[in-house]
Amino acid sequence: MAEMMYRDALNRALFEEMRRDPFVFVMGENIGWRGGSYKVTEGLMDEFGSERVIDTPIAEASFTGAAVGAALVGTRPVVELLFIDFILLTMDQIVNQAAKYKFMSGGQGHVPMVLRTQGGMGNGLAAQHSQSLEALFYHIPGLKVVMPSVPCDAYGLLVASIRDDEPVIFIEHKLLYMTKGEVPEEKYVIPLGEAHIKKTGEDVTLLTYSHMTLKCLEAAELLEREGISVEVVDLRTLKPLDTKTILASARKTGRVIVVHEACRRGGIGGDIAAMIMEEAYDDLDGPVARICGKDTSIPYNLNLENACVPTVEEIIEGVVKMV
Amino acid sequence: MPRNTINIPDKIEYLSILNEKGELDAGLEPDIPEELLLKLHRALLLSRKFDERLLNLQRQGRIGTFPPINGQEAAQLGAVALLRPSDWMVPAFRETAAEIWRGRSLESVIIYNNGYSEGAEIPQDLNNLPISVPVGSQILHAVGLGWAAKYRQTDDVAMTFFGDGATSEGDFHEGLNFAGVFQAPVIFVCQNNHWAISLPVAKQTRSKTLAQKALAYGMPGIQVDGNDILAVYAAAKEAVDRARADQGPTLIECVTYRMAVHTTADDPKRYRTEKEVDKWRKRDPIVRFQKYLVDKGLLSEDKIAGIESEVLEVIQAAVDGAEEKMKALGDPIDMFEHAYAEMPAYLKEQKEAFVTEVAEMTEEGDHG
Repeated sequence: MAEMMYRDALNRALFEEMRRDPFVFVMGENIGWRGGSYKVTEGLMDEFGSERVIDTPIAEASFTGAAVGAALVGTRPVVELLFIDFILLTMDQIVNQAAKYKFMSGGQGHVPMVLRTQGGMGNGLAAQHSQSLEALFYHIPGLKVVMPSVPCDAYGLLVASIRDDEPVIFIEHKLLYMTKGEVPEEKYVIPLGEAHIKKTGEDVTLLTYSHMTLKCLEAAELLEREGISVEVVDLRTLKPLDTKTILASARKTGRVIVVHEACRRGGIGGDIAAMIMEEAYDDLDGPVARICGKDTSIPYNLNLENACVPTVEEIIEGVVKMV
Repeated sequence: MPRNTINIPDKIEYLSILNEKGELDAGLEPDIPEELLLKLHRALLLSRKFDERLLNLQRQGRIGTFPPINGQEAAQLGAVALLRPSDWMVPAFRETAAEIWRGRSLESVIIYNNGYSEGAEIPQDLNNLPISVPVGSQILHAVGLGWAAKYRQTDDVAMTFFGDGATSEGDFHEGLNFAGVFQAPVIFVCQNNHWAISLPVAKQTRSKTLAQKALAYGMPGIQVDGNDILAVYAAAKEAVDRARADQGPTLIECVTYRMAVHTTADDPKRYRTEKEVDKWRKRDPIVRFQKYLVDKGLLSEDKIAGIESEVLEVIQAAVDGAEEKMKALGDPIDMFEHAYAEMPAYLKEQKEAFVTEVAEMTEEGDHG
């Protein structure tokens, strides 16, 4: 085990996959000599050169669409979109093309591409650089959505995403890149669709993912001192969703809160809450609750930005109200 | 000193070899083997007659909405004739002639236009992408296919088709830019048919030609008479040869005309005059090519009549075959099948529930 930063774990996954499979290549803005705005692609240009580390013109739809074409003939593009907010320029290529190719070609066209991007608030980057847009992709048949919270998962899930034959939207969080965690030194893969219980508990289940996992763990630790036992389930992959782990935890504690940074309205929490109530209603002590981002755009002001997304205090309050 | 001219060495040529009267510019005549000339002629006739039959079927309610290609046969066939099987052909949605040349069956076109997913299946040995309706989006895939061919160190090329309207889309500009920067072996074939549904090309762009847009992206552009199959062939040959030799992409603007409706859901009388259509009727691509082949002694009126009746028989057999095949198609459960390689549990549940629902409906129907 070695302690590693989240961004370095992703970087390691890219190096190893590019060495393993000559058809893996990376493409995006400023990812070559500059090494990517969050340093995830650092060093790749030195080893693999400009044939496989492609700095593209500033035209997101072009390289996303070209990645679809290249993926159709068996290459495995890993596209970096600097901000998830820019993904909206590529929505036709992702939603109408990548996600539907297999369906509309009668199962013939495979689009084994990974679209790496980063979202979330935290650096005072304002409304168009701080969004949590995962629900858009969660909603679209044909896509997979991955959102790791710790370096160990980031590595194993990126490896799995690159090897997956479907288009994967791999969403990192700008506040996680510098966080550290233990990462096994041997190579490994974390299959898509498996949640991970980050902390076991008996009284309340917190279902969460990405950066909110860290806040939930912090809240759980503080609550433990008050004698409230909280289970923190990190979903890791939103699509496919690990309903088995979610339902087992819900049945065990009988009290569930879904916590996410994205807006509540139309958010993933609503879908997960509905699923739990459909499947495990009789095992619940009360309705599934949601603690989510506010239904507004992220303000530029840092204080307001923090107020827009769930805080540790809010999570603690939510749990206390439930027990 | 303050204002100098930057000399741009590029220029835009216009190429016409066989004019609308069927007169040949012998100095420009491309060297096409007789066998290929006759194959092209049959393909022109087959696609024209098939298009007419499809329109007929649509009016009878035997197929759904479709985009006729009438008038644009030469612009497609002259270009696609240069491709090898290992090259990629990336159509928009009005390239039925090119698709048939590349091995798509007539039956598959009819089945597709009846809404069956089986009609969208492309046999494994054909390097064609399926049609793409969102305007211009396929251009980028051709760029990726071309780039991948180069990366794989083959000399295969990708040829993509689009219309004049697509040249306004970001995907067109981004695709050409990318191909130019990375010298991807791609042939961009613009079928300038003068109308993007109801918008004339004059309102699509202020550019004198669409071909000149190539210059901004550092690639050659050429405008050809798209109803002159010899000119299309000659320009496409130069472009394909360059791409194979790792000398990058080319934009070819084929000036042609959409003789029929945009799709069968369209009424062009609302936005263009019959007089304009008549002007283009005199420029028909098949008439002049037939005259050329007759002048060369390769065809006679009798032979042409023979080919016509042969292709009509082929078309009739395809209509019969497709209608027979479709009797066994259309299970609604199929809609769950191709979302993922391995069906996720939630989709399986939805599928099973749907199966039950359909079964109940069928039962009710039986009793009712």
